[in-house]
Amino acid sequence: MANALVNVPARARRGEIIEVKTLISHPMETGYRRTQLGARIPRDIIRLFVCTYNGTEVFRAELHPAIAANPFFVFSTVATESGTLAFQWTGDNGFSATESATITVE
Amino acid sequence: MDRERSRREFLAAAAAGLGLGAVITVAPVHATPKEMEDAIQKVVGSARVSKGRVRLELPPLSENGNTVPLTVSIESPMTPADHVRAIHVFTELNPQPEVVSFRFGPRAGHARVSTRIRLANTQTVTAIGELSDGSFWSATAAVVVTLAACLEDA
Repeated sequence: MANALVNVPARARRGEIIEVKTLISHPMETGYRRTQLGARIPRDIIRLFVCTYNGTEVFRAELHPAIAANPFFVFSTVATESGTLAFQWTGDNGFSATESATITVE
Repeated sequence: MDRERSRREFLAAAAAGLGLGAVITVAPVHATPKEMEDAIQKVVGSARVSKGRVRLELPPLSENGNTVPLTVSIESPMTPADHVRAIHVFTELNPQPEVVSFRFGPRAGHARVSTRIRLANTQTVTAIGELSDGSFWSATAAVVVTLAACLEDA
């Protein structure tokens, strides 16, 4: 299981725009590099990142090999109600990781 | 007579060659590499892409092409009627022109994302924003890369 870190404010006012930061450990092997013997290293990347807020998708990123290793995203969402932000990363070789954070909206 | 014709032919050929040469040398100055144009075409379709509205922040000089901080944003009220649907990032000299596509809805609040990208070369990065009214906007940023990504052995 990959290590994922998410940073979501614990509390927010209703309607406030909150900043979300996510980081996951992953080599993001491009598929263009070669070993010293000349063999091509197969591609192994995260292809999709989705953030849902109480089940509603609020942000999505489609990744290509040009995203640096350990994909890091900062984005925002509107704090509409108390609940859970769920994060999902999926990629090559059956890679899948999830993380979630709770938020209290006053 | 013979000599005259060959001279005429030579002049015609030279003129044609000159014209062709002019086209070849002038064209690349503003033309972005074909693959990036094709990739952009795939996203945009037949719509027109206007310059502006998109703000693309990249360091002008990057010492490490393996991780270059990128922030892209568009000023938008982000209401259901008027919001940013997506922002796509492209490079012209990486092995693959696509970098990332971000998709938003009105729930995003701001159309602003930061991430870290790889750059294989000193080059220009292009961001294309897609708005809910179907219009497309673009911005470019030039980055000088001293250590290129993708080239080192594992």
